[in-house]
Amino acid sequence: MAKKDGIGARVLRREDKRFITGAGRYTDDIVLADQAYAAFVRSPYAYAKVNGIDATAAKAMPGVIDVLTGEQLVGDGIGNIICGWTVNSKDGTPMAMGQYRALEPETARYVGQAVAVVIAETQAQAQAAMEAVDVDWEEMPAVMDMEHAISGNAAQLHPEADKNIIFDWEIGNADDVDAALDSAAHVVELDITNNRLVPNALETRAAVATYNKAEDHYTLYTTSQNPHVARLVLSAFYQVAPEHKLRVIAPDVGGGFGSKIYIYPEEIACLWASMKTKRSVKWTSTRTEAFLTDAHGRDHITNAKMAFDADHKIIGFKVDTLANLGAYMSLFSSATPTYLYATLLSGQYNMPAIHANVRAVYTNTVPVDAYRGAGRPEATYLVERMMETAARELGVDATELRRKNFVQSFPHETPVIMTYDAGDFGATLDAAMDHADWKGFPARKAEAARRGKLRGIGMSCYIEACGIAPSQAVGSLGAGVGLWESAEVRVNPVGTFEILTGSHSHGQGHETTFAQLVSDRFGLPIENVAVIHGDTDKVQFGMGTYGSRSGAVGMSAIARALDKVEAKAKAIAAHQLEASVEDIIIEDGAVKVEGTNKQLLWHEVCLGAYTGHNLPEGMEPGLKEGSFYDPVNFTFPAGTYICEVEIDPATGVTDIVAFTAADDFGRVINPMIVEGQVHGGLAQGIGQALLEGTAYDDAGQLLSASFMDYTMPRADDLPSFAISTHETICPNNPLGMKGCGEAGAIGSPPAVINAITDAIDVRELSMPATPAKVWAAIQEAGVAEAAE
Amino acid sequence: MANISMTVNGKAVNHDVEDRTLLVTYIRETLGHTGTHVGCDTSQCGACVVHVDGKAVKSCTMLAAQASGSEITTIEGLAGDNDLHPVQAAFRENHGLQCGFCTPGMIMAATKMIEKHGAALDEALIRKELEGNICRCTGYHNIVKSIQAAAHEMAGAAKVAAE
Repeated sequence: MAKKDGIGARVLRREDKRFITGAGRYTDDIVLADQAYAAFVRSPYAYAKVNGIDATAAKAMPGVIDVLTGEQLVGDGIGNIICGWTVNSKDGTPMAMGQYRALEPETARYVGQAVAVVIAETQAQAQAAMEAVDVDWEEMPAVMDMEHAISGNAAQLHPEADKNIIFDWEIGNADDVDAALDSAAHVVELDITNNRLVPNALETRAAVATYNKAEDHYTLYTTSQNPHVARLVLSAFYQVAPEHKLRVIAPDVGGGFGSKIYIYPEEIACLWASMKTKRSVKWTSTRTEAFLTDAHGRDHITNAKMAFDADHKIIGFKVDTLANLGAYMSLFSSATPTYLYATLLSGQYNMPAIHANVRAVYTNTVPVDAYRGAGRPEATYLVERMMETAARELGVDATELRRKNFVQSFPHETPVIMTYDAGDFGATLDAAMDHADWKGFPARKAEAARRGKLRGIGMSCYIEACGIAPSQAVGSLGAGVGLWESAEVRVNPVGTFEILTGSHSHGQGHETTFAQLVSDRFGLPIENVAVIHGDTDKVQFGMGTYGSRSGAVGMSAIARALDKVEAKAKAIAAHQLEASVEDIIIEDGAVKVEGTNKQLLWHEVCLGAYTGHNLPEGMEPGLKEGSFYDPVNFTFPAGTYICEVEIDPATGVTDIVAFTAADDFGRVINPMIVEGQVHGGLAQGIGQALLEGTAYDDAGQLLSASFMDYTMPRADDLPSFAISTHETICPNNPLGMKGCGEAGAIGSPPAVINAITDAIDVRELSMPATPAKVWAAIQEAGVAEAAE
Repeated sequence: MANISMTVNGKAVNHDVEDRTLLVTYIRETLGHTGTHVGCDTSQCGACVVHVDGKAVKSCTMLAAQASGSEITTIEGLAGDNDLHPVQAAFRENHGLQCGFCTPGMIMAATKMIEKHGAALDEALIRKELEGNICRCTGYHNIVKSIQAAAHEMAGAAKVAAE
């Protein structure tokens, strides 16, 4: 049983008090005394030359402080926006990366790209002057479709990228897979599109930049998942401010989902403008700007072939993917459709041979990067649609086909460089089938049919990789940074704790779960622990929160620092109590000699550490320890999701009547928070499958650029979820954790589409499965049936 | 410019504002009550819901001048003299929030939803009534639970008061 406030306890969140009373402090809530406002002049065209910018009229308008252009930005030596992961083509050539500037001086390549910024006294004045900036545009035909982009008949968007191909990358063994396809008893082939999504954290991006002339020092408040990475990139690559003279603060951040990892043109421009104008400069994205400029997610077109032997064992998997990276390479855009995607193509299955070829393509669309799941949803969708389709074509039970091919022993090395360390795929499959009452489905289907409804059931057995990542391994694959995490534990003389972490919480509840580690180990009330994050002046360094890494990597760093605190406290107590350090135990807020009544209270040990009056020979005073924890492997959360739908054949409307999730996240620190993460992930995955479609027209205008046009999941689109967890402990980190932040979004889309295609008896249906699409598919299937 | 007067969280306020000033802008920027949020520009997300003369209103859909003479309650004033309003407490107890950005609007909408429907408020009706509030974090599961729990709590309190 979990200790109160300890590991495994459902501790209510400490951060909630400020959020439910309106006392949260988000970036847009920050008001500085000399604050001016930025408004960006953006391209109305998907592809257009900038022949000139005339800001004369704008500069003369009331309240306008300055209008700054891309030419000035380049002239000031502000560096190009980088991609932090180098991916080489299969012929060894490096990725063909085009120039990406915070304000573009020559050629705009997507609707919404910023070319200039107006700084004015009020937001309204900045907005009005922005409209008055006269840009001499020369529109060119947009390149929107990936097949067209690489055909040789489309305009080349960047001089570096021949036929708009950024890289042509492969993993696995093509010969082995071709041989398997040749000798296969059965081959399943599918053409699959993974739809483009817009992350849409409810808080839009924002920045407040300020330059302090007296101290020659900059501060940037911004909506970031990784403020230290922002500071590093802003200084080392963009040269906006030196690292030791730049403080980046990410205060309360209203959701991220990946979209707030990247350091965008607007943040760079605000910081630069604050130095140019000697004013604090604030910018808050409108929702429309968010649609037009936040990195989008997914957007793959794939042809896949899976080979089975006569016994229905998988013998080979061949994947050919086109990945749309948009108009420019964003920070992790190269890693997402390669190392975060193709390395998971083995799914939960024994696959002796896999080959994936990925071509990354430039188009005149918003840059695409990691969004909740980042590559793993695309891999899972492919694998689980293939398995379902294979079962239908082979005429076998889809659960049995999966079970027959499950990886059963660990560690398991896949043909695509991953080594699965632990898991029990049969256990989560059994749990999900049990909770979903799989056996009772035929009766429910028959009952629905009597009501004129088409009922379907579908599952997905996902595996993903979290806890990114072992620094040496990712370095060898092209990552420009290490992916460790840091923590510092400061114990005060009165015995209270300050945990300083490089992880960043933007909804995940770190102020609660991280404190649970201290409570569990020292038996102290959770109120005695402060968790500090999101400020580069307070926390020494950190890699931030993404890839479900804050538990497996961030909390591991804290655990390691706590080990050191514990060891020092025990040494002090042993010395003062004249006992052997091996006999010292810490429990219930006291440091005791085991088996005796000799003890010191926790605060007495801490005070002793700081008075230094009676310490072991040679020990330094104080009680503060740190750790840089570098993981030894990825972690592998896995599970089974089951979706049950009812479709109205008259309207094509899909109603999700039940959704069951059984996940293995390794050790769970706070089940309440883990469940919340799963709920949210499921909603985004179901959103992708049913509702969320990003639509561009042929000219490159984003048609779905508001909540009126882009269907966000609402409460009445979703059911209540039936979820459970099954712990197999991760052997490779001190807490045994795997990560839970993305699983819901990774595992759910194929479960939904497998259920819908089951209900309406069609082979393939592209996401989002809107009523119009489902209705049309029913009509087509019906027509085909009638014709047979 | 318009001269406007209203009562916000029990306090009388009076300002000259530009005619085009939205109520949400007035609340956030002039009054400094930043608990009311802006999550979209099309009146879809509901992060800006406040109470205007006892009704839940999206404060981005209303000019500050239109609210002149009204009684306004924002998330900061919802609990009055109490520590927390039962809906606020229920959101915490049921993990009905993650990043917290949609939360003030959710809570302000939920309090009026509960007042309107009372005991008739079941899961399906809560989900339908939440049409105007978007959350990207929670999948709504625990928001629905929070509202159900608060409705139950408030119905119990009302019954006790009536007896």
